[in-house]
Amino acid sequence: MTQSAIDRYLAQYRAFSGNGASGAPAWLRDLREQAIARFVETGFPSTHDEQWRFTNVRPIAETPFTLSAVRWQTGPVPAGVLVTTFAEALTRSPDLVQRHLGKYARAATNPFTALGTAFLADGLLVHVPDRLVIDGPIHVTCAIPAGTPSPMIHPRLLVVLGREAQARVVELYEGDIPGASLTNAVTEIVLGEGARLDHCRVQRQGLRGYHVATSQSSQARDSRLVFTTVTLGAGLSRHDVNGVLDGSGSYFLLNGLSVVGERQHVDYHTTIDHAQPHAESHEYVNGVFDGASHGVFNGRIIVRPGAQRTDSKQTNNNLLLSRDARADSQPQLEIYADDVKCTHGSTVGPLDETALFYLRSRGVGAAEARGLLTYGFAAEILDRIEMPEVRNMLDGLLRERLGVDREREEAV
Amino acid sequence: MLEIRGLHASVEGNEILKGVDLTVRAGEVHAIMGPNGSGKSTLAQVLAGHPAYQVTAGSVRYQGKDLLELDPEERAREGVFLAFQYPVAIRGITNSYFLRSALNAVRKHRGLPELDPLDFLQVLEEKLQTIGWDQSFMSRAVNEGFSGGEKKRNEILQLAILEPRLAILDETDSGLDIDALKTVAEAVNKLRAPDRSFVVVTHYQRLLNYIVPDVVHVLVDGRIMKTGGKDLALKLEEQGYDWVAGGAGVA
Repeated sequence: MTQSAIDRYLAQYRAFSGNGASGAPAWLRDLREQAIARFVETGFPSTHDEQWRFTNVRPIAETPFTLSAVRWQTGPVPAGVLVTTFAEALTRSPDLVQRHLGKYARAATNPFTALGTAFLADGLLVHVPDRLVIDGPIHVTCAIPAGTPSPMIHPRLLVVLGREAQARVVELYEGDIPGASLTNAVTEIVLGEGARLDHCRVQRQGLRGYHVATSQSSQARDSRLVFTTVTLGAGLSRHDVNGVLDGSGSYFLLNGLSVVGERQHVDYHTTIDHAQPHAESHEYVNGVFDGASHGVFNGRIIVRPGAQRTDSKQTNNNLLLSRDARADSQPQLEIYADDVKCTHGSTVGPLDETALFYLRSRGVGAAEARGLLTYGFAAEILDRIEMPEVRNMLDGLLRERLGVDREREEAV
Repeated sequence: MLEIRGLHASVEGNEILKGVDLTVRAGEVHAIMGPNGSGKSTLAQVLAGHPAYQVTAGSVRYQGKDLLELDPEERAREGVFLAFQYPVAIRGITNSYFLRSALNAVRKHRGLPELDPLDFLQVLEEKLQTIGWDQSFMSRAVNEGFSGGEKKRNEILQLAILEPRLAILDETDSGLDIDALKTVAEAVNKLRAPDRSFVVVTHYQRLLNYIVPDVVHVLVDGRIMKTGGKDLALKLEEQGYDWVAGGAGVA
């Protein structure tokens, strides 16, 4: 990590904090100050750092990015739900934002989160009040801004579901510009008692983009979270998904999928933290790697002392479609309670030759059979998404990517 | 229909088939019996074109064509069907999608229009009715979590839908209880036709009580050592395989 990169970010921060962002309330200015101080202290992580061993962010550190504004696009907002920018939220529900923002995804745990918090301005709040049940998904989309050379954006999303509220959220990152770009996104998800959220995050940016993200959730008693993350784009992406089961009876289903090729690099770092007893988590992460792409999976499960009767299951399967593709898979279990059920398993390998022969022996051509098997491997993850329209949208993207062109929806 | 001459095949350098000769005419049912390791399943796999097996000598003619020249999918489109001993589970693909993909690949080859999901449903219902089954496992992933019996039934359903000219059943009876065996055998019997031949590979005579063969062959150590009528199967059941090979080196 060179000092010049830190200086560059510090200079941008000074300009930013002395400019339009100066109108923020004192607590937010403090949050940013602490975050930039933290970033100046740590700098960008290096591959000597255990958490970043397989992902070299030097190209990000060495590119002089220009701080750019984030423009969120939101779909129709169901009645009773608040979907608004932080600027507006700070006037309408200042307490809500102050109570939650930066409380879960903390600057101290990840240099990129520190950086994102330092430049925190263009945030979006999704708030579903107590007991409100929303059926149709709430769409929020963030695109790489065009027009600025080497833009850098720090999108921030805060999703708060009140007690027994129920909602579906789709968080989409897209955009493809000719040069390099950095998207450094932080999402915090807070579920009140008995709340239920089905959240789907899709990243399909252009191959020159760098994409770093943290999705951090906190769940109260008896809440249920289904979080799906799908990575199709970006040249280099790193997504940390951290879920804290902070209430007994809570349930967390984490679904991950990456389908990449060429020289793309995808790193999923997940931490599921069982802080309370009687909670259940299931994690399924599948990766499809073609070309000279590289997948990294690090799945950490923590069972805190006293978190008895924890039920946690983790599976990571990696499909290598070419000889130059690579996948590294690391499970990490830290169990400090004795009455728990924790399992994990991972696989890395090519398509099953026997399955390929089975399909061919039924008349399906070799190329189509490979496509079908690959598609099935990925579709297994999508099938767990509880939002039909989102599942179908992703299904379409996947079919397009794999050349499986026919409708999979069957009459039976 | 099928003419195998002097067929030699190996897997990973081990010769398994050491000169198989076999002629199957249209509409006939041939049983291939033999002790474990005699090469029965290898013969089935070689006919379907499994890439792990190398044919080192001999020829296979199917409907006048050189079968060994064809890729597995081409064989299937030409009407060769193998019911697998161990059907493969395929995650994320529903059984009905799989069956429709297979049928459409075959239809395309035969110059027929491909079927959309609704048209396919009609074909499926018709076939299910013919063999007397319901469609309960059509929306599940292919063979995923299927019981042994369900997997074998699924193979026979594929046979019914793809309408092959030559159907090879590889130990379709293995792992089935007597009721499941009867169900599967009844379905196969309904699919017998003057222009469709069957090669039934089995270790046990039991299956042949229900699927009555025209010809029985005994395969020992990679060669057909004896050929006879359906009574040959009964004799094997009573006396074992030793007498066929003269007791030499056969378990």
